Amino acid sequence: MIFSLNPNSGIPIYLQLMEQIRFGVETGALRPGDQLPGIRRLAESVVMNPNTVAKAYRELEHEGLVELRQGSGAFVSTKIDTGELAGRMKKAKPLVKHTVQRLLALGLTEEEVRRLVEAELRGHHAPNPPEPSK
Amino acid sequence: MTTAPAIEIHALAKHYGKVEALRGLDLRIPQGSLAGLVGLNGAGKTTTLRLLLGLARPSAGHASIFGLPCHSESDSVQIRRRTAALPEQKALFPYMTIAQVLQFTRGFYPHWRDALAQRLLDDFELDPKRKPCSLSKGQLTKLHLVLCLARGADLLLLDEPTDGLDPVATEIALQAMVSLVAESGATILLCSHRLNEIEQVADHLCFIHKGRALLDESLDDLKARARRLVLVFDHPNPAAEAALARHGRFRRDGRSVSLTLFSQNDEVEAEARSLGAVSVQSTPLNLHDLFLEMVKS
Repeated sequence: MIFSLNPNSGIPIYLQLMEQIRFGVETGALRPGDQLPGIRRLAESVVMNPNTVAKAYRELEHEGLVELRQGSGAFVSTKIDTGELAGRMKKAKPLVKHTVQRLLALGLTEEEVRRLVEAELRGHHAPNPPEPSK
Repeated sequence: MTTAPAIEIHALAKHYGKVEALRGLDLRIPQGSLAGLVGLNGAGKTTTLRLLLGLARPSAGHASIFGLPCHSESDSVQIRRRTAALPEQKALFPYMTIAQVLQFTRGFYPHWRDALAQRLLDDFELDPKRKPCSLSKGQLTKLHLVLCLARGADLLLLDEPTDGLDPVATEIALQAMVSLVAESGATILLCSHRLNEIEQVADHLCFIHKGRALLDESLDDLKARARRLVLVFDHPNPAAEAALARHGRFRRDGRSVSLTLFSQNDEVEAEARSLGAVSVQSTPLNLHDLFLEMVKS
C-alpha cells in the first residue's frame, strides 16, 4: 500500500491516513487479514510522527476496520464484509457517473460539481453556482 | 522512568536589562512527543532553550526537565546526561578528522549509538577522513546533527536543525528524528521557522509570541478547531458582519467576507446562514495560515 499524505493541507494527518486505509479496503488494495505496516516502519517511510500513525490505527480499530493484535501489529479486520462494501460501491458508481455527466453537460466545471457535492454532504443548501468566468 | 512531562515551564520570565525576552511563559511537553516550537524572530524561543539548558538563569518562574529543576546545580548533571542540544556555535576541534571527532565525543556518552552515527554519516555522505574546517556550512550542520542524534539522549532540543540543509538532507534529518521518537520513545523539541517541516513530523505545537505561549497543544486538536469560513452576502449587511466579527478575525472583500475561527464553528456557520449568507465555505487552515492569523489577531 502506497500512502500519499499532504502534511500542509490543513487536514490532520491521522485523518488523511485513516481515509487512505479505508479507500485501500474499498478498492481491494487492502484485504481482510492483510497486515498493515508497523507504526515505526510507516512513520519512517513516510516521515511522519509515530504517535500520529498510532492514533490513526487506534481510531480505525474503534471503527472496526482494523484489528490491533498485541505484539504482532495491525491487521485489516477479518470481520468486515468487503463483498458488501464493494457491492455498495459498485451500485453507487453508475449513479454518480450519470449525475456527473449531466452536470458537466449543463456547463458546470469539475470544480463546481465538486463543490456542489461537498456542500450537499455537509447537509447544507448548495451555493448558487457562480457565473462561468469564461 | 518517571512520568513527569519531558518539559514543564511555569510563569517563566527572563529580562536582559530592560528587554523582556520571556514574560510568564507556560509550556508542558509530554514525554515521547515531537513538539514544534514556533514564533517570530525575538519571540523568546532561543531564550527558552537557553534556560532549559541551564545556560542562563530565569528572572522569575520555573522550568524543569523530566521533573528536575533546570537551574539546580545538583540536578544539572542528571539533566545533561539525558538531554542533547545542538550548539549555538558550530566550532569543532580543527585538527581532528570527522572520525576522530566522533570517537572523541562518544567517550562522554554511555548511551552513544554507534550504528545510528554510522548510518547518518553514510546517509549524509560525510567522509569520515575529512576535517570539520574543510566542510561547508550545510555539511557542518549535518555533522552536528549526527553528534546530537547519536548521543542516546531522552530529550533533544533542536534549534533550527535543518537550517541550510538541502531537501534530501532535510528529509534524512526529519526521518532520523521520527525514528528516535518511534524506537526509543525520545522527546524532541524542534524549534524552526520551516513550518512545513513541523507540520510534517510534529504531534504537538508550541507557539510563542512576545515572551508568552499562545498555543501549547496537540497539532491535530489545533487543526481540528482552526478553520476559515468564507461567506458570501447578496447585499451589504453591516449588522450581520458586526455579529460575526465577534467570533474571530474578520475581513471583507466585495461581497465575500472571511472569518478565521479558533474554536468549533458549527454554530457560527448556522448563525451566518441565519444572518443571510448565501454561501458558506469552510476550509481547514494549514500551519502557515494559522501562524499568520495568530500573529495578526
